[in-house]
Amino acid sequence: MSEGKSVAPHVPNMGPDWQQYSVRPGDRRRDLWMGRLISAIAFSAIAAIILIFLFIGREAAPVITSSEVHQEVTVAKMIVPLETRPGKPKMYLWQPVSETPKYSLPPLLLGSLKATLVAILFAAPFAIGAAIYSSEFAPPRIREMIKPVIEMLAGIPSVVMGFFALMVLASVLKDTFGWKFRLNATNAGIALGIAIIPVIYTVAEGALRAVPRQIREAAQALGATPWATARRVILPAAAPGIFAGVMLGLGRAIGETMIVLMASGNAAIWSPHLTDSIRTMSATIAAELAEVVNGSAHYHVLFFIGALLFLLTFLVNSLGELYVGRLRRRLTGVSG
Amino acid sequence: MMADPAAVHVTTDQGAVSILSHRRFRFLRHVSPLPILTGFLTLCVVAMLVIVLWNIIAGGIGGLTWEFLTASPTEGMTKGGIFPAIFGTVFLVFLMTVFAIPVGVATAVFLRYYARPESKLARLVRVAVNNLAGVPSIVFGLFGLGFFIQFVGRGIDKAFYGGDLAFGQPAIIWASLTLAVLTLPVVIVTTEEAMRAIPRDYIEASYALGATRWQTIRHVVIPNSMTGILTGGILAVSRGAGEVAPIMFTGAAYYLPYLPAKLNDQFMELGYHVYVLSTQSPDVEKTLPLLYSTVLVLLLLTFALNALAVVIRMRLRLRQAG
Amino acid sequence: MTALNHSHIAAKQPERVVVGPPPVKIQVRGLNFFYGSNQALRNVDFDVITHAVTALIGPSGCGKTTFLRTMNRMNDQIPGARAVGTVLLDGTDIHGPDVDVTALRRRVGMVFQRSNPFPKTIYENVAFGLRIAGIRDHYVIDEAVENSLRLAALWDEVKDNLNGLALQLSGGQQQRLCIARALAVKPDVLLMDEPASALDPISTGKIEELIEDLKSRYTIVIVTHNMQQAARISEYTGFFYMGELIEYGPTVKIFTTPSEKRTEDYVTGRFG
Repeated sequence: MSEGKSVAPHVPNMGPDWQQYSVRPGDRRRDLWMGRLISAIAFSAIAAIILIFLFIGREAAPVITSSEVHQEVTVAKMIVPLETRPGKPKMYLWQPVSETPKYSLPPLLLGSLKATLVAILFAAPFAIGAAIYSSEFAPPRIREMIKPVIEMLAGIPSVVMGFFALMVLASVLKDTFGWKFRLNATNAGIALGIAIIPVIYTVAEGALRAVPRQIREAAQALGATPWATARRVILPAAAPGIFAGVMLGLGRAIGETMIVLMASGNAAIWSPHLTDSIRTMSATIAAELAEVVNGSAHYHVLFFIGALLFLLTFLVNSLGELYVGRLRRRLTGVSG
Repeated sequence: MMADPAAVHVTTDQGAVSILSHRRFRFLRHVSPLPILTGFLTLCVVAMLVIVLWNIIAGGIGGLTWEFLTASPTEGMTKGGIFPAIFGTVFLVFLMTVFAIPVGVATAVFLRYYARPESKLARLVRVAVNNLAGVPSIVFGLFGLGFFIQFVGRGIDKAFYGGDLAFGQPAIIWASLTLAVLTLPVVIVTTEEAMRAIPRDYIEASYALGATRWQTIRHVVIPNSMTGILTGGILAVSRGAGEVAPIMFTGAAYYLPYLPAKLNDQFMELGYHVYVLSTQSPDVEKTLPLLYSTVLVLLLLTFALNALAVVIRMRLRLRQAG
Repeated sequence: MTALNHSHIAAKQPERVVVGPPPVKIQVRGLNFFYGSNQALRNVDFDVITHAVTALIGPSGCGKTTFLRTMNRMNDQIPGARAVGTVLLDGTDIHGPDVDVTALRRRVGMVFQRSNPFPKTIYENVAFGLRIAGIRDHYVIDEAVENSLRLAALWDEVKDNLNGLALQLSGGQQQRLCIARALAVKPDVLLMDEPASALDPISTGKIEELIEDLKSRYTIVIVTHNMQQAARISEYTGFFYMGELIEYGPTVKIFTTPSEKRTEDYVTGRFG
């Protein structure tokens, strides 16, 4: 509607001078520059992600590109079994400081996998169970008490959990089950599991609480018991959220360092047993990076492992976020 | 909420009958397997927390003396105190907040008052913040080494120190910057939450009085989200004080005979001290009491900070409600 | 009043604009307003008369508040909001490139539906506009605070408690404080968005008296859902319906002999 624009300003300017209302030039400049500064700073989160990617990639890249590093190790040598002595069967070996350094990744991947698996298997039942209890059955007073418990559990620094697993849990488990090694995949995995219970619980409980009241009430109006309501109506509705919680817990467990560094035994063994010691990717970096020569093949391999870890957690977390989004759409679709 | 339908009945005239049905309802709840099972699992989670805390408190409380808190380690760290580690931790998290809070607050302000809510840019920033929160702490350690020390630090050395080693090595500034990046999401999320709670009325009143956007942010938004910013800072400190992996190669030292005084000094830190004592002590039996007390101090520090954040938040909510 | 002859506006003949005394403060021509793809105002022509009270009435959602908020461009804050058309303030197009929106808002003050004092002291609330305008002189601010509070008929009630918190005042006092705060920056026009809708009858009476006192110095535009109030305090009334200005003219005429059937239905309470 440009019709109005054509009207000439035929009303004479009789009011006070605009000047008296104008903004001081200093304030105008400050507004402009602070706006630019704030917008620029807001990019730091994006910049941080990009820089993490770039600079870990930069230190990891020589494993793929540098011929100097290739004299010692190649990506291929990191994933195939290595010959130790002629005639002996080929093996996966992580021996970065021996005379001929060996950098087999499979034992480390397996170590991370075993610790994570134990952690999830341990944590998920407790976390999901507690989430169901607190969202469906707990009286309000008890629910109010569960929250700080979970927050306190989440507030325990991982080095403290690692300490507990190393000094207390390991001995208890060994004495109870008569294991050969105090520090092993199960010990580290359980401590790791305790640490990720809050992550799974928080997401799962949020998902359960987000199931609209109408659904519960409808089910109860049809004569369903609370047990049937929970099992047949609420759990299926919240399933993507619970899955997302497990995924985010998984992401946290893969990357967690101090607990596995202190409680897993740190032996890179290619073994399927959950009672053998393990060495995870994260613990390998933590244990060795301080000792390596900057720019050596070993140094670059550790960054390469870091890059793998970064990508792995990124994938798992993205999957979790995807399911959080799916849950939101499903629930808003139902209630709207 | 499950009891709601029954509760409604209780208030009707046929009280006796309804209470009966109410009881029957509760009875049903108790025979169902799910409440019993999930209740038991919840109890287990509580038990885990209690066991861990009880163990550490029982083991550490005896050694928690004034001397322990104020003295330096002696006799190969098997005796003495942990003062340098406490000092280093405080210095570290202080520097960290100096970096993290302004950046976090500015990002929150941007998301709330500069970017259009559904714009691509705002979404991108949110995705980045989310992802940043999911990066493993050891990867932050690698990042600190690869970026802050090798790139920024070495760059400073080349430019200002003629290539001599001054900043291109582990130091408290690099460790605190690394932690600042790690805790940035906490600050952003908490601050934004606080800003969301500021009534739109205040913002409109400020604009209607002819305040510029920056004036509105400075005089209305920031003062009214101060408690939120404070909470974010405290939560970040609590998180930062407990992290060890990011500082292992960016500045934490095994043992230092002096306190850090310059930005490029190394430092001792509580969490790292716990790690060192528990894995590299020549005589664990001898160190153990001391170690327990150190763990207890670290735990008390993070819990006290978290509790403080909870209290501040609760007061904020109450004030908004009232 | 026939010299003003606003009936042409209702008759949609903007090309025959007749301007005579009394003087026009804000002249609106062909104003359309959009929230995204929703059109909130349709081709509104309107003359706000200097030193008079103009009331905007109509059922909720009719566009009267949107119209009020275009006059100091408060709608700029809303993402996706867009105004097309001319709004001339003393002959200057407020959407023009040389008009600074903050200066416009200092010149066109606003009082909101819900009283919204800042969580600061009474004194600091009134001083806010002056401080952000860069005035640092204590005496100037003290004087402006007192004058504004007197103008808002609040001075006698709060003069001993200037450092008390604004949020501890009663609802009516808070709203008068907001008026004082708006007056402190010496605006030319005062926009009021249902300023008494949340108040009890006594506080409402005080606000109405205040408006009566203020109109000799300010041009006032007030949105109200209360037709008795519009009839009591305004000289001119505009009736909005579904985003259109249905009828605009002297209040007496709108309430006694409206030209439009819809206006008559609304003011006699048959709908809305």
